[in-house]
Amino acid sequence: MEMVNEKSNELILEIKDLKVIYKTDLETVEAINDIELKIYKGKTLGLVGETGAGKTTTALSILRLLPSNTGRILKGQINFNGHNLLDYDESMMQAVRGNLISMVFQDPMTSLNPVFPVGEQIAEAIRLHNTEIDEEEVQRRVDDTLSLVGILPSRKVEYPHQFSGGMKQRVVIAMALCLEPQLLIADEPTTALDVTIQAQVLAMISDLRNRLGTSMLMITHDLGIVAQTCDDVAVMYAGEIIESGTVRDIFLGEQHHPYTVGLFNSIPDLKSKAKRLKPIPGLMPDPTNLPKGCKFAERCEHKMPICIEQRPNVTTFGTHIIRCHLFG
Amino acid sequence: MEKNAILQNESNMKYKRPSQYKEIFRRFRKSKGAMIGLITFTLVLVILLCAEFIVPYESAISQNFDQLLAKPSKEHLFGTDNFGRDVFARILYGGKTSLSIALLATITSCIFGSIIGALAGYFGGKVDQLIMRSLDIFMSVPDILFTMAVVLALGANFINLIIALTLAYFTNYVRLVRSQVLNLSEQDYVEAAKAGGSGNIRIILSHILPNAMGVIIVNLTLNIAKIIIYQSTLSFLGLGMPPPKPEWGLMLSEAREYMRTAPHLLFFPAGAIVLCATSINLIGDGLRDALDPHLKS
Repeated sequence: MEMVNEKSNELILEIKDLKVIYKTDLETVEAINDIELKIYKGKTLGLVGETGAGKTTTALSILRLLPSNTGRILKGQINFNGHNLLDYDESMMQAVRGNLISMVFQDPMTSLNPVFPVGEQIAEAIRLHNTEIDEEEVQRRVDDTLSLVGILPSRKVEYPHQFSGGMKQRVVIAMALCLEPQLLIADEPTTALDVTIQAQVLAMISDLRNRLGTSMLMITHDLGIVAQTCDDVAVMYAGEIIESGTVRDIFLGEQHHPYTVGLFNSIPDLKSKAKRLKPIPGLMPDPTNLPKGCKFAERCEHKMPICIEQRPNVTTFGTHIIRCHLFG
Repeated sequence: MEKNAILQNESNMKYKRPSQYKEIFRRFRKSKGAMIGLITFTLVLVILLCAEFIVPYESAISQNFDQLLAKPSKEHLFGTDNFGRDVFARILYGGKTSLSIALLATITSCIFGSIIGALAGYFGGKVDQLIMRSLDIFMSVPDILFTMAVVLALGANFINLIIALTLAYFTNYVRLVRSQVLNLSEQDYVEAAKAGGSGNIRIILSHILPNAMGVIIVNLTLNIAKIIIYQSTLSFLGLGMPPPKPEWGLMLSEAREYMRTAPHLLFFPAGAIVLCATSINLIGDGLRDALDPHLKS
């Protein structure tokens, strides 16, 4: 136990002060506003938030894959193993993508190329980053990776449409893991799958992460997944991290940001006698016109005059960080 | 049971890359129409290539005034034309010119147009604007006028005809491939390939174009037929291959005057064009189905 803790103090990814906008002719969307994130070696960080909070934008910023005509990183640092990825040029980023940091996308139905057999697609990823190895070695690695995610290597000659959704997501995960990246970004990897398959895939991801020692950024809006797979959690709202800490801090801690409380109240509880859930009233603020104070103020039941006026600072309780005036 | 055996077999030779071409041909063979097209077209090609051994070139151009507009007979299989030249020989040698121009012009316009279209669709923005607006200049001049201008400027010969036809037809492919690429480059697997560290050229060549291949190939086969007919228009205007070199389009336009008295002059070259065009279209349909992995049983 102590060993793991010692190892976990090493940072693999640190995002500092990141600000990202989407700029079109008509409007500017402030997608990410000065976020801070830390992922420790061998650990999983869960990034939670509702649709449009900026979770996927964060992931795309790390890989520098924001849509080139609209997305802009205005400021900040993304330090990966101590090197700022924002200083890298395109060819250096191509060497990082897939090899050191890889990503699993939300929808396995569309993330595989329909005209190639799945083995060929995994092989391409391997060949791309290992130009010196021969074909036999490539095929051997394809077989190994497929067995790792529980697919018969003989199925590598089949096309994506011959696999079920859960199998396809396994193939996608196999592709992401075949080069043994240091960091795996999983963008809602189970949202498109049904619940039983979701459980299988999550168990497989956790198992592989433990075996390969990969660090992970798990993006999700499902707190159940966070509790099951993550070590640390960051809650995102309107492009800001409003609360972060270890899973213990977020799930068992005494103090919470009112938004996190609202999130937990929106989960059905088998034991409670309540007839209805208690959702958070209202909608997320318009990202083209964000309020200058606390972004959550309009929906918050503890709203104070200062919330409208001033952006709250963070309050730190050990590993637990909350951005709210209630604790400031 | 059988499937298991196949799987076993495949896992035994597991270090071999699966042969795409074998698989595609296996599916191609299933379509009757495609096989009829392939056999017909191969036969036509073989006959055209062996033309020298069937009839001498001499009889395609030598004029024989004793036998003007003769009906088909043992001596002249397809009869003779208004100069007494053997129509069968002219069809064989004319087919060589017509088909090679049509095939080459189609392939060059397809490659040229597809590359430009892929660049425009993939990079978008300024590159797209630049390419599409320059294309508008090409398209603002009617095809036939444009081709005429090119042929007149460069002179009518084999290479120049191909250049002229390529310039007239590549715009179709640019627009076709661009629209395909615009759609395909939004697909998640392209995003996934980027996240896997693939560069732009690699993504275009190995992810986007293979997905657009079905549409491109069908268009290509349709265009071969179109270009054969288009050439006849050029010949009709006196801008095709210079006479007395035989050419299907030219034969058609000459036969027009004798339509009532000697319909066989019209029938044979027209039949040859229809035979080639149809068989190529059938091959195209078969290929489209064979290349689409979703239809794999």
